[in-house]
Amino acid sequence: MTDAPETRDKHWLVRPANIRKLTYVSAAVLAFVALLDVALEPHPAFGIDGTLFFYSWFGFVTCVAMVVLAKLLGIFLKRRDSYYDD
Amino acid sequence: MTIEAFPPGLLLILGAVLLLLLRGRAREAVTLVLPVAVLAHLWTLPDGVLLQFSFLGMAVEPLEVDALSRLFATIFAIMAAAGALYAIRQSRFLEIIAAYIYAGGAIGVAFAGDLITVFVFWEVMALASTMVLWAAGNENAWKASFRYLMIHLLGGVVLMAGIVAHVQAGNGTDFVAMKPEDVGTWLILIGFLLNAAAPPLSAWLADAYPEASPGGMVFLSAFTTKTAVYVLLRGFPGAEILVFVGLYMVFYGIIYALLENDMRRILAYSIVNQVGFMVTGVGIGTEMALNGAAAHAFAHIIYKALLLMSAGSVLHMTGKRKCTDLGGLFQSMPLTTICGIIGALAISSFPLTSGFISKSMIGQAAVDSNMAVVWFLLTAASAGVFLHAGIKFPWFVFFQKDSGLRPKDPPLNMRWAMILFAFLCIAIGVFPGTLYALLPYPVDYVPYTAPHVINILQLLLFSGAAFFVCLPMMKRTLTISLDFDWFYRKFFGILGKEFSYLGVDAYAAAWTALERRLERFITRIFKHHGPAGVMARTWPTGSTALWMAILLLVYLLLTYV
Repeated sequence: MTDAPETRDKHWLVRPANIRKLTYVSAAVLAFVALLDVALEPHPAFGIDGTLFFYSWFGFVTCVAMVVLAKLLGIFLKRRDSYYDD
Repeated sequence: MTIEAFPPGLLLILGAVLLLLLRGRAREAVTLVLPVAVLAHLWTLPDGVLLQFSFLGMAVEPLEVDALSRLFATIFAIMAAAGALYAIRQSRFLEIIAAYIYAGGAIGVAFAGDLITVFVFWEVMALASTMVLWAAGNENAWKASFRYLMIHLLGGVVLMAGIVAHVQAGNGTDFVAMKPEDVGTWLILIGFLLNAAAPPLSAWLADAYPEASPGGMVFLSAFTTKTAVYVLLRGFPGAEILVFVGLYMVFYGIIYALLENDMRRILAYSIVNQVGFMVTGVGIGTEMALNGAAAHAFAHIIYKALLLMSAGSVLHMTGKRKCTDLGGLFQSMPLTTICGIIGALAISSFPLTSGFISKSMIGQAAVDSNMAVVWFLLTAASAGVFLHAGIKFPWFVFFQKDSGLRPKDPPLNMRWAMILFAFLCIAIGVFPGTLYALLPYPVDYVPYTAPHVINILQLLLFSGAAFFVCLPMMKRTLTISLDFDWFYRKFFGILGKEFSYLGVDAYAAAWTALERRLERFITRIFKHHGPAGVMARTWPTGSTALWMAILLLVYLLLTYV
């Protein structure tokens, strides 16, 4: 059940060449989905959400912000996981 | 008194108790059939009050049916059935019994026409869910269950006090829409919110649930918080404070899930996050928002249970629960991985999944009500859901590094339960009309428009990109995060210790002082009454007699003078 991973052939998903290919494909998909905005008729509810690439940058920026916020709060909130055991 | 039908919640509870009489295959078969029978029964019930009697002069209506109660009772029964299928061979039988009583309590609340019935089933749920935790049978679960029970009994007391005040103010026991405006309604609202894992006491959820058995947490994830959403929908639609509470919960869930290392605790925090969307919807309060909150609760129970079944399968097969110990499992657990990913896509509300057609309604309600800030926050949070649950959970458990673990997919019954719920996640997403037809208000909403689908894809895919860009910042650490439970797990402990030290000191000082005083008292007594004491001398009657004799002698002499 737990043979060492290097003794068997690696799964196609974890071979470095394929990971590289996957990265390119993902980047292409991202670019394609973002560019769909150009074809879309904007009907904004609040103004800014009708501007070009709004959902793309909003998703990206808010997520980075949440990760950074979590990281900052983690400085104060994180404890070793045996903290409550004693 | 009218009796037109037997309450389905009670049917499930009594059925669960009767299961104890059966053994072996018969018990297994009846266990799986029971919730389906309850489901069939509740769908035969017509709308209206079907059971009514008077208790201490108050009207009690344990069975009042309408679209909203039927919707929640339906999903609770489906959940009980799928959860039992998942857990039946692996969990202790006590857990299934407790889970059925728990689900019966939830169905009981869903059909409650009055506040007394709500309260009774509320407490049934608190006790039965604690038993589900006990069934895990380890010390951590045992300890966590008492912290869990303490919070829920507190919530029950607050709810009871609220109901008493509400009835005392002359409002009757009828469970209808209220506004938080006096002591009674505020206390009822607080009691409800406590079960929704609202702040400040949200920590009970992520503290207790992940200590349950793999099957136990699947059950636990469904009933308590979603019953709370139901009573909020019924009791406090449009209460503005719920918008703020909900938004807080949404971001609390994301941030804590991002910091978390335990895979099932990540999913526990994401329950709070998802319930936050629903609570916000209740707070917005338009028909669209209430429909959205109800639909999201329905969809959420399925995909969250699916995620927890997937995580539970990993736990069952590997015995490990921390992301730092896991990774690379997709190679040997393909079905668990695929089902986990479907659950993750559904919770992230990807198009063609159940989350997409339910959560979109809450966002649309914010737009219709012209709540710009709420909409922007909900949209950011939707991106955050993909970040903390949609990608983080599958990535760290099934991909990430290779942990070297090669567990197989779990046993057959667990696989079927996952397949069933994965199917439902997609079926509801592809055919939204079925769920929309069950909602309390007529639905005038089309989720699949080209701009909406494309915009959501942009939002989600770019939040996915953010995940991989930030991956170095999200390296898993062997840590937990402090939460409000710190106060009752650590602070009050320290405070208690501190005071008991002081108390011991004070006690010792008081005792020494008392001893010293006693000693002085004894010394003083000894001084005056001891063998050498003044008071211990012989009574001076002898000398008095002498003096009297002398006086008499002097007197005698004087008479002769």
